[in-house]
Amino acid sequence: MALVRRVGVALTQILRLPQHCTFSVSASAAAIQKMTRVRVVDNSTLGTTYHHRAPKVIHVYNKTGQGKVGDRVLLAIKGQKKKALIVGHKMPGDRMAPRFDSNNVVLIEDNGNPTGTRIKVPIPTHLRKKEGEYSKVLAIAHRFV
Amino acid sequence: MAACAWSVSTAMCSLRASQGKHNRFLSTSLLRLASGADSGQTPKFKPPTKPVILDKSDTEIPVRRFVSPEFIPPRQRTNPLKFALERKDMLKRRTMLKIPEFYVGSILAVTMSDPHASEKTNRFVGICIQRSGNGLGATFILIIDGQGVEICYELYNPRIQQVEVLKMEKRLDDNLLYLRDALPEYSTVDVNMKPVPSSISGEVHLNALKVRMKPKPWSKCWERPKYNVQGIRFDLRLSPEKMEEAQKWAQPWLEYDMLKEYVILSSMEDIHWREVQEETCK
Repeated sequence: MALVRRVGVALTQILRLPQHCTFSVSASAAAIQKMTRVRVVDNSTLGTTYHHRAPKVIHVYNKTGQGKVGDRVLLAIKGQKKKALIVGHKMPGDRMAPRFDSNNVVLIEDNGNPTGTRIKVPIPTHLRKKEGEYSKVLAIAHRFV
Repeated sequence: MAACAWSVSTAMCSLRASQGKHNRFLSTSLLRLASGADSGQTPKFKPPTKPVILDKSDTEIPVRRFVSPEFIPPRQRTNPLKFALERKDMLKRRTMLKIPEFYVGSILAVTMSDPHASEKTNRFVGICIQRSGNGLGATFILIIDGQGVEICYELYNPRIQQVEVLKMEKRLDDNLLYLRDALPEYSTVDVNMKPVPSSISGEVHLNALKVRMKPKPWSKCWERPKYNVQGIRFDLRLSPEKMEEAQKWAQPWLEYDMLKEYVILSSMEDIHWREVQEETCK
């Protein structure tokens, strides 16, 4: 009986854990590759609602398999497959370009339109090189660094 | 009234008698009171001359001499001509762009040209957490939080248009990379901050701030003696046993390794200081 109660207490403690993970969710010295856990930074319901499993990259749409800012990735998010655009990563890039503390992505539809309507975090300005492709993503961003 | 005038005049007499010795004690208001009593009308007020306060201690402190660390060549076998040429280029760049004196821990605002930004310029305000590199490749990193962003700037990059020091101060350490793992309040800077004036003489203000850290998985084990970090409140995050364990990585013999010693002589700084002065006076 006591054992059952103890297990129950442990379970409730696990359930009461805060949403942010206390462990590091992404390696700092790597670009975004398969199985990288990422942070969705737009306000789409898919990205903001909590799920016990963090969104993971399951494919990077480029030749090298290493995703940088401006690359498209396929996410496994809440049991669905969803495309996303990388808008910042932990790995230091070029000089004079910003480096972020988390691997940020924005959810996009298959045709390149953003799923959300607002981006909460600053976006690197060199993403504007891809202005033609992702102009709608850039339009919903409200801060650039 | 008469009694008053009499008493004042006697006081004046006694004062005049002792004037030779105690000149400075003679009160002017007393004199005026005496003359007013004699003539029967108040004299016109003459404002005293404004005293000029000369602070002699202030003039003795010379202007602070600061040589940017990238001017000091590294100790290596590279031909010194390379560094001399680089220094010449750096000075040439400094005639176009005013690079102010700043230290790790100062708050800077950097404006750089950006072909992709909307106004073709990009201004970033942040705390300088590291200065590294020497010669033309010197860099410094600014950090700002909210969503943690840091940018590594090349000091002599032609894209840089302006470097402003908003607040000049030093911190306890020469490298503040641990601000990445500190609570966000320590790296948060107001973007619209007004520059805080600082004196060009005397010591730079030292901010003896000790930061509180996020819970443990840090980017580096800052408690290890290799980093020799002074500015972290370790007692809040680590037990004394853990701190003791970190001392296992200590290499106390390194400080006696004469081959690793590289003393930056003041004569070297003198040379670079003179170079900079000559170039700016041209």
